Amino acid sequence: MANKLISEIPLPKSIANVFAARNISTAKDALSLTEFELMELLDVGLTEVRSALSQISEIIAPPYQTALSLMEQRFQNEHLGGHFPTGLKGLDATLCGGIPFGVLTELVGPAGIGKTQFCLKLSLLASLPANYGGLDGRVIYFDVESKFSSTRLLEMGLRSFPEIFQMKEMAQEMAGRILVLRPTSLSEFTQHLQQIKVSLLQNQVKMLVIDSMTALVSGEHEQGSHKQQTLSWHISFIKSLAELSRIPVVVTNQVRSHNQNEAPHYSFQVQSRDATIETPSRYGSHLVAALGIHWAHAVTTRLVLEAKSGQRFIKVAKSPISPPLAFPFHISSLGILLLSDEGMELMGPEINSIHCQGHNEIINFGMESLD
Amino acid sequence: MEIWRPPISASQRGKLISAGYTSLSSLSSISSSDLARELKVSESEALDILKVVSHSRGLEISNASCSIVEGAQNAWDMLHDEESLMHLTTSSADLDNILGGGIHCKEVTEIGGVPGIGKTQLGIQITVNVQIPHDFGGLGGKAIYIDTEGSFMVERAFQIAEACIEDMSEYNRFLRKDFQACEIRMQPKDILENIFYFRICSYTEQIALINYFDKFISEHKDVKVVVVDSVTFHFRQDFDDMALRTRVLSGMALKLMKLAKKFSLAVVLLNQVTTKHTEGSFQLALALGDSWSHTCTNRIVLYWNGNERYAYIDKSPSLRSASAAYSVTARGIRNSSSSCKRIKMM
Repeated sequence: MANKLISEIPLPKSIANVFAARNISTAKDALSLTEFELMELLDVGLTEVRSALSQISEIIAPPYQTALSLMEQRFQNEHLGGHFPTGLKGLDATLCGGIPFGVLTELVGPAGIGKTQFCLKLSLLASLPANYGGLDGRVIYFDVESKFSSTRLLEMGLRSFPEIFQMKEMAQEMAGRILVLRPTSLSEFTQHLQQIKVSLLQNQVKMLVIDSMTALVSGEHEQGSHKQQTLSWHISFIKSLAELSRIPVVVTNQVRSHNQNEAPHYSFQVQSRDATIETPSRYGSHLVAALGIHWAHAVTTRLVLEAKSGQRFIKVAKSPISPPLAFPFHISSLGILLLSDEGMELMGPEINSIHCQGHNEIINFGMESLD
Repeated sequence: MEIWRPPISASQRGKLISAGYTSLSSLSSISSSDLARELKVSESEALDILKVVSHSRGLEISNASCSIVEGAQNAWDMLHDEESLMHLTTSSADLDNILGGGIHCKEVTEIGGVPGIGKTQLGIQITVNVQIPHDFGGLGGKAIYIDTEGSFMVERAFQIAEACIEDMSEYNRFLRKDFQACEIRMQPKDILENIFYFRICSYTEQIALINYFDKFISEHKDVKVVVVDSVTFHFRQDFDDMALRTRVLSGMALKLMKLAKKFSLAVVLLNQVTTKHTEGSFQLALALGDSWSHTCTNRIVLYWNGNERYAYIDKSPSLRSASAAYSVTARGIRNSSSSCKRIKMM
């Protein structure tokens, strides 16, 4: 919409010619300048500039919808009103049905906690037909770190839905719906994204999984704030992709260690930093989500997976619709299972902190039970 | 007054200067036909120039009317206007208190905070609260919600609307025990119907929409609040030219202020947070830079303090710097439930 040509907008001939003569060909160029700048550039009066701008703006401005029609539209057209059930009852209940369509959902946690397992299970569920709670469509899985395991996927399928996966043709059909891409660089990833955007709807793609977003950036040699710049186009693109096609997008993120002194505060908070208000997250948590604060703003739902006192938890850290609950889980041959559907409510910024205690023991234990 | 002040186009100005008219007083006694001949333009164009010029001069010298400068209002009259100004409640009494009653109409308020602190929640709460009828002390108006990030969740708006209606019924039952006629007939669906939702995908659309609002709000006069969630998103990327970004942002802020004053509505802009490296350490600051921080009238920062969510008045022409606790519940924004809450004066 922004790149709409001025020549396509019904303006009076005289001013349209002047725009063309001064090389202002798209609406974006015209709207980026102030009224006086346009007057100087085009050499026309203020009233003409104002009326031209208001005509251009009226065409470019998106149409509105009332919130009511938005809701009705979603409930009529979409599976469960726009939610993808994960099969984890407690989590689905708190997310009002499941992973929301049209927005980014992030899974963040330390290495080995179960993010890829969760992604595999979700891909499996998405490929299933609707009567099994699936989206009955294709899944595009960006496997940046080469962690995708078909064996594991089919094992999960066989254990969770034996009636489907015992038949070889059905297993082949379901597994055939999951398309795995392995981009080796950020530019390759960009190309894939652009290709996907074009063919998403025709090819019945119902979910996008990116595992992991961090690995894409860490491969690049730029560092510091440049990392943010590198990703901002992608963040914007993926979000618009999710919205236009109304599919759930699941992205995994890694953690990085966090310098205790680095806890940033606002300038007006400086006085209280020495006082006894100590953020509980400081105790035992030296990890924060990677990718920075711009990314944290861009995701709509953030699910934190962590290990605390030998128990794994999945926490709803950021969600427009859910209270801050934490559910204990473990990983079995069926994938991720919640140990309790009643979540514990966590107060304050504790919900955002990422712990990694007693984790190593869990890994060994987990490996044994996967036999 | 010099010739370059009034809004006439560059070529007209050039012709005036080359014909010898360098100041406005030199044009005071000339007729339009003489001017047309001197400048070698059509008579209608000359007439337009004279009109614009005399209007500009009129602003300077007219004191025949009761005001010395046209368009000014004296402070005493403004006091009356300010006192009769309506406030928009946030549903948290503590927050309303430090805001002097609520979000001010006719002003632009910027609200920023870290992800997950409740900005979108507050935005949705405001779009619901603006619809509270006059009988209950509200504005009884409609709301515009501009979504730049896709964070608006309809289900949540429904939840908050339901809770608001329940609260109103409670209040009704409590106060007007005998007055059955004031039964709440509002349904959450009616509230959702009065929220105009716009989804913006680029900064060009954002500018275009704000330009278009003049016409849109003239047609929908009962719109009383415009919430932009968030004003930052499209300006944080694809801008290599920072000077252009500053100009575009300030142009947008001015237009919003004009809209707020013209239609007596409240404008709420939600902003994100960035880390700034100052004085040897990283500090949090609202995004979009220092020039942007000057453009909004009021600025509220939402932050975590221990386990509580707090709001701090960072900038306001009439309110003290204070902070108050609030909480985000299933029913929306409410007062913080902790017992040791108190309003901290900074």
